[in-house]
Amino acid sequence: MEAVLFILFGAIAVCGAIMVVTRKHPMASALYLILTLFAVAALFVLRQAHFLAAVQVIVYAGAVVVLFVFVIMLINVPEDRLPVERATTMRVLGVLAAGFFILESAVLARRFSMPKGPAAEVGTVETVGRALFTDYLLAFEITSVLLLAAVIGAIALAKRKT
Amino acid sequence: MTGPLFDITVAVARIAVFFAFCFGLVVVMTWVERKGAAYIQDRRGPNRADIFGIRAWGLFHPFADALKFLFKEDFIPDNAHRLFYQMAPMFSLAPAILGIAVIPFGPDVTVMGRRIALQIADLNVGILYLFAVSGMTVYGVVLAGWASGSKYPLLGGLRSSAQMLSYEVSMGLSLIGIFMVFESVRMSQIVAGQGGLLFGVLPKWGVFVQPLGFILFLVAQYAEANRTPFDLPEGESELVAGYHTEYASFKFSMFMMAEYLHMVVGAAVVGTLFFGGWQFPYLGDAGFLFPGGSAVAVPPALVLLLRIGSFVAKVLFFAWLYVWIRWTVPRFRYDQVMRLGWKVMLPLSLLNIFVTGLIMLLLKR
Repeated sequence: MEAVLFILFGAIAVCGAIMVVTRKHPMASALYLILTLFAVAALFVLRQAHFLAAVQVIVYAGAVVVLFVFVIMLINVPEDRLPVERATTMRVLGVLAAGFFILESAVLARRFSMPKGPAAEVGTVETVGRALFTDYLLAFEITSVLLLAAVIGAIALAKRKT
Repeated sequence: MTGPLFDITVAVARIAVFFAFCFGLVVVMTWVERKGAAYIQDRRGPNRADIFGIRAWGLFHPFADALKFLFKEDFIPDNAHRLFYQMAPMFSLAPAILGIAVIPFGPDVTVMGRRIALQIADLNVGILYLFAVSGMTVYGVVLAGWASGSKYPLLGGLRSSAQMLSYEVSMGLSLIGIFMVFESVRMSQIVAGQGGLLFGVLPKWGVFVQPLGFILFLVAQYAEANRTPFDLPEGESELVAGYHTEYASFKFSMFMMAEYLHMVVGAAVVGTLFFGGWQFPYLGDAGFLFPGGSAVAVPPALVLLLRIGSFVAKVLFFAWLYVWIRWTVPRFRYDQVMRLGWKVMLPLSLLNIFVTGLIMLLLKR
């Protein structure tokens, strides 16, 4: 049952990701990105990482992609004036790199096997919270300082007159 | 019945009953809204629809509305993006109903020797799931505003995305106090935690331990549901009808249903987090136990009924509160909404977390 669900959501995630880069219309890309994020969240749930799944949906699908959509709305390019994208050297290189990455992951995947049986309760709110505020406290605090710096930077940039 | 079959039957039954409850209440709420508006404005409200001459205080109007929506012409404006335009109402309706999945309707019951939770899914992430689902609602509005290919809906969509993102922040932060007091984000544990007594007199409901958190959460929820006084995305005096200006027939009614589902699910969430969910004041498993020391024994079946009834009563009251406030408070100006969200709600919710932490620390000493 778990394997079936894993393959199902994995396929949705991969197909959605391919659609994100191949769709012509930016809004379609954004919507496929949401689909991919949801499928990945479902994979997290399958490994009992409930907290990670919830945060994935809240932060990425609920906030980051909303900002993408916001920008697409504001720019609002009519469909017949969307830039025509050509096959450039960069694109060919990108496809080659993607192929190399897939091969590499396949090689790596042979070394590590997927854990059998039900996953341990490592991804619940309680365990993640405990780990975050004991073993990883320093990293947690440093991240919050980094975010604070980003917030101050954003305000400083927004306040600058042209 | 054998194990797996029993489990599947229970799961399907729970989903069917709770969804039916929500959609049924949506039908009733459209009537309550129009009737409530009428009585607040000293009118009689809808009372003409009848079946075989029975008018029943206009209760048949929702059905007349539904039939009208079904048989109206379903059209797509020339400028609209056909696919996205048609997807928007679905994006609106689906997240609105999903929130009900984590709401406990009553305590665990024993049927045929098995314990059954009256809750579709008692998730470990509990309220975080609610946030995740409510974060999705913005897409329906934004997509509708953008895909209509018209100026007023676009403005409505832009307004709503800014408003929803702003209020989501204080909505999340206003609940941190509840997590701290009840030491869980799991809905069933939060409800169980509200069964005790505060100072030996008051029921230990969220509203009594987190009064500021309650007000902040309620306001943020009204903003999230786009209800007056926060219905800027559809402010008809400026934007015709905002994001759903270009929608007609059943697609429009899907937006309406989404709005009423928001009210019903929102009422259930407020009732669960701040008013004890299915807890009935002073009612234990064996019967009433009043602060004075007097006890009244109550049979278990009645206890269950009282508890479910108490939950439903809370949902009905808070659903009515949406209507009450809509017809009492005028709409804010847009800059007022933004100022309230960032300069009042956000600092107050941070203060609430700080004070809650301080009090908990002092009480532990």
